[in-house]
Amino acid sequence: MKEVINPPVRNIEDEEYHINIGPQHPSTHGVLRMVVSIQGETVKSLKPHCGYIHRGIEKMCEKDTYQQIIHLTDRMDYLSAHINNHVVCLLVERALEVAVPERVQYIRTIVDELTRIASHQLWWGCFGMDMGGQTCLLYGMRDREKIMDIFEESFGSRLLHSYYTPGGLMGDIHPNFQKRVKEFITYFRKKIHDYDNILTGNVIMQERTKGVGILTKEEAIDYGVTGPIGRASGFSCDVRKYHPYGVYDKVDFKEILGTQGDTFSRYMMRMHEMRESMKILEQLIDNIPAGDYSAKMKAVIKLPAGEYYQRVEAARGELGVYVVSDGNKTPYRMKFRSSSFSNLSALDHMSRGFKIADLIAIGGSLDYVIPDIDR
Amino acid sequence: MKEADFRDNDTLELFKHSGGNILFTTIDAIMDWGRANSLWPLTFATSCCAIEMMAAAAPRHDFSRFGMEVYRASPRQADMIVVAGTIVNKMAPVLKRLYDQMPDPKYVIAMGACAVSGGPFFYNSYHVVRGVDHIIPVDVYVPGCPVRPEALLYGVMQLQRKIKLETLTNPRKTENLQ
Repeated sequence: MKEVINPPVRNIEDEEYHINIGPQHPSTHGVLRMVVSIQGETVKSLKPHCGYIHRGIEKMCEKDTYQQIIHLTDRMDYLSAHINNHVVCLLVERALEVAVPERVQYIRTIVDELTRIASHQLWWGCFGMDMGGQTCLLYGMRDREKIMDIFEESFGSRLLHSYYTPGGLMGDIHPNFQKRVKEFITYFRKKIHDYDNILTGNVIMQERTKGVGILTKEEAIDYGVTGPIGRASGFSCDVRKYHPYGVYDKVDFKEILGTQGDTFSRYMMRMHEMRESMKILEQLIDNIPAGDYSAKMKAVIKLPAGEYYQRVEAARGELGVYVVSDGNKTPYRMKFRSSSFSNLSALDHMSRGFKIADLIAIGGSLDYVIPDIDR
Repeated sequence: MKEADFRDNDTLELFKHSGGNILFTTIDAIMDWGRANSLWPLTFATSCCAIEMMAAAAPRHDFSRFGMEVYRASPRQADMIVVAGTIVNKMAPVLKRLYDQMPDPKYVIAMGACAVSGGPFFYNSYHVVRGVDHIIPVDVYVPGCPVRPEALLYGVMQLQRKIKLETLTNPRKTENLQ
């Protein structure tokens, strides 16, 4: 007679279960793949898999001259394209000790801030859409088009401009530039009020974001989280304040710090940043000094042999570039310290213990750009 | 030259106007009208062109005038895939699988220089698929880096013209690239 053995009772609630989110998933903002280990609906751990859009930009930089590298940096963090250009230009100018005309510095600062606003507008739209409100995307994109118009008029393209060159700018700004920027500020001051009415004050949104995805100040520093996400945790890390470039040392703006470090706090940080950026724009736009739009540079740029590091504040945090030069016209090694990559590393820690739906909200508040992570 | 060798819309439209199947012309017209005006794209975007694709869907350019506003997150519900951005070697099998999961008839728009040919990453790179047509058959190529939303709209309208040339007796044949 066969002995009947009872199979062990499986308690499904105790079992861990792995699901793949991505690479094709609308809320990963690109092609990020996350292997999420869940128990029931609660996230136990999360492993991001990178490389689905690794284009080898750092390696390609080793074959390109410094003027050509500018065009590749555009395509890293395409939402803050100007700021990416800025970091390479600053590095080359600092290494060669070129005095950049003041007009260039003013224009660069203004354009950087416009880029930051455009990036945050898009983030606001995407964040709203991740939470289930498509109206936000339509509103955010509508206002972003105003900035795209300004860019197109002066720089000739909408998204990737390659407007900065080592030593200056590609060309001068359009005569309408100042008028258009002022019009935009008056327009957007009204519209950002709408943003608050639609999403910030929304009870459902607040319930889903307050107390979710908490990152403390110490953890933010440990993970190297910068930008609005670091500041939401109370980590004062604004490169514009600590290592001023452009004319940030001449303008008056606040570095707003949060205390909670949750998703809602990160949301509010970007809303505040948009207002601060408009404040910077208002101070600068009437005071652009006359002068050349570029310093005199040699046609072939050769950095002296050595190591260089330069950082700027991109829309997502600190963007650094590290160059080892052996005296040739191309760098020997180029390394980008992208903000999205460090910010992503904290996602595992932030989302543990929360639900899958919260993971989407936390990811939305991180605002990662995948080509910036993979490069 | 055989009829199938012609790839441009103008010639194909001439063929269609000059002769068709008498029995099915009305059915063809209704079928094509429905198909061409309800192209549902898959939410698939890898890099910079994605932003311009979103801009095309946003109020200024408004995709939905052409019946494309319903972005589907699942390939099983999508008619069309807009390959917006660079496809690298690691992503290529994923893209192929997404394409295979879509129900027939399915269409592909290669959006941007990267999807057309590898774009700015063509030279000195070790990781980039030099043109998405190495993996899946492409119907419309839209060049640009990044593509302007207007250019994408034009590409979509070209695809709609192409769809309107399909007939019951001469349906679209899905090429099988291996």
